Amino acid sequence: MAGRLVMRGIALAYLGVLLAVPVGMVMVKTFEPGPVAVWQAVTTPAALHAFWLTLLVTAVAVPLNAVFGVLAALVLVRGRSRLRPVLDVMVDLPFAVSPVVVGLAMILVYGRDGWLGGWLADAGIRIIFSVPGIVIATMFVCLPFVAREVVPVLREIGTEQEQAASTLGASGWQTFWRVTLPAIRWGLAYGVVLSTARAVGEFGAVSIVSGKISGQTETLTLLVEKRYTNFDMAGAYAASALLAVIALATLGLMALLQRRKDTA
Amino acid sequence: MISVTGVSKRYGDFQALDEVSVHVTPGALTALLGPSGSGKSTLLRIIAGLEVPDAGTVTLAGEDVTHVSPRHRGVGFVFQHYAAFTHMTVRQNVAFGLTVRKEPREKAAATVDRLLDVVGLTGFQHRYPHQLSGGQRQRMALARALAVEPSVLLLDEPFGALDRNVRNELRAWLRRLHDEVHVTTILVTHDQEEAMELADSLVVLNHGRVEQVGGPRELYDAPASDFVMRFLGPVTETPRGLVRPHELVVSAVPEPDATEAQVARIVHLGFEVRAEMESGDGSRITAQLPRAEADALELEPGQIVYVRAPHAPRPAEPDTEEDLVRV
Repeated sequence: MAGRLVMRGIALAYLGVLLAVPVGMVMVKTFEPGPVAVWQAVTTPAALHAFWLTLLVTAVAVPLNAVFGVLAALVLVRGRSRLRPVLDVMVDLPFAVSPVVVGLAMILVYGRDGWLGGWLADAGIRIIFSVPGIVIATMFVCLPFVAREVVPVLREIGTEQEQAASTLGASGWQTFWRVTLPAIRWGLAYGVVLSTARAVGEFGAVSIVSGKISGQTETLTLLVEKRYTNFDMAGAYAASALLAVIALATLGLMALLQRRKDTA
Repeated sequence: MISVTGVSKRYGDFQALDEVSVHVTPGALTALLGPSGSGKSTLLRIIAGLEVPDAGTVTLAGEDVTHVSPRHRGVGFVFQHYAAFTHMTVRQNVAFGLTVRKEPREKAAATVDRLLDVVGLTGFQHRYPHQLSGGQRQRMALARALAVEPSVLLLDEPFGALDRNVRNELRAWLRRLHDEVHVTTILVTHDQEEAMELADSLVVLNHGRVEQVGGPRELYDAPASDFVMRFLGPVTETPRGLVRPHELVVSAVPEPDATEAQVARIVHLGFEVRAEMESGDGSRITAQLPRAEADALELEPGQIVYVRAPHAPRPAEPDTEEDLVRV
């Protein structure tokens, strides 16, 4: 009994020092100058633009990754291709590669002197230092989440429900929409929430490919960094608080989904 | 008429089916019986279209369907573990086949109502599968398969995951259902008792080959091989071949053609008594005799008795008349 209390104490202290105290401090610091100053700091044109840009990037990257993630999971669990092990490793690549390296790699491919860069410039398409680059970088770093959440669920449900559907006359498409997708829905939703959290908070890769042009390619995380390096501490805290609010909302959603997933 | 002709199927090094041919009578209930790994489930899945054979053909009602998708075969399939659509209610499960076929709503609703009544789940139609017992889930799966009016109903060890009482109850219920609905049914089972009780006709499979086809009585009385004989019930080996334990005659005094044996153990089975004996050469003999007979012999361990087989051992030439004379 006493041993269990000690264990619990150590775990809570660990989490407190590592997570709760620093995040709490940001909140405290944010509101030190008073609510009016905070409101002003998060409603400057640059801050508003950064906020909407972050939401836009997330809104494009996450659904695309959700579709890709479900397809990848289907291939990983049901596919018979010999390329399956390759895909398996590829899906995990973003976990292993540092986001900064992802950013640099993108410059090498899409940059002005990059592999596709010249061709893209001729076609009038701009990727680096513009929103498409931010979206691609964000998609890269969020890639594994949906697939990794859906794969175990697909394994668990097996193929019998789908086989039953086919003997009952359902086409492949009908089987996917009516049987497979509802069966994986909680895993998929959880993967989407994780991707969203990651997309909103992405810094490294985006910082390299965006060019950090205020009011154009500056996301919330980049704004925090800029204000911090410009010694605008109050502004940095306020922008951080905005990020934290988005994070808390996703966290709440995550807890809710986790419960549904466990009971489903 | 369902015909399977020369069907073979390999999984890697494992020969699941080896040139199997089976013809199923319309309207009958046929059991595919065999131990695990005998190929019975593979054969059923090939008939359903869930597996494609490496060689051979499957015809349903005269049409070659070997490479036709399961959704166009008009078969109903019931899985051992129910394969219930977990996110749908009982009603939605049963209606699934009609929904994807875009049947008119009122007609579909009437069909579903009727089937829920047939399987006794009317009061459970708004429940989800996880709120049902195993037996109820399997009845739901049967209703779901019957809803699309299949030309053949395929049951893959449908009672295998249920406990004994529920299994016996569902068995009797399935037999009654079949007598009412008369849909051609193929049942896969490893349980010879289940096959004997339910089926009009049995196909015994072993190592991917058909050992014998026939009615329950025919197979029991005239098994074509030692394997069939052993699979359909307990056997005792005699120097001349296999016999059923209840066919042995045990006597306290020496008789012509009888083997001397010592009683090792007596097991009371209620109406009958099983006597486990050992003969002079060390081979084990098991006889099963009515209790009155055992009491008359005053059987007890250590006793010396004389055992003979009045029937010709089987499987042998069905020339049994002569051997019966000695009784």
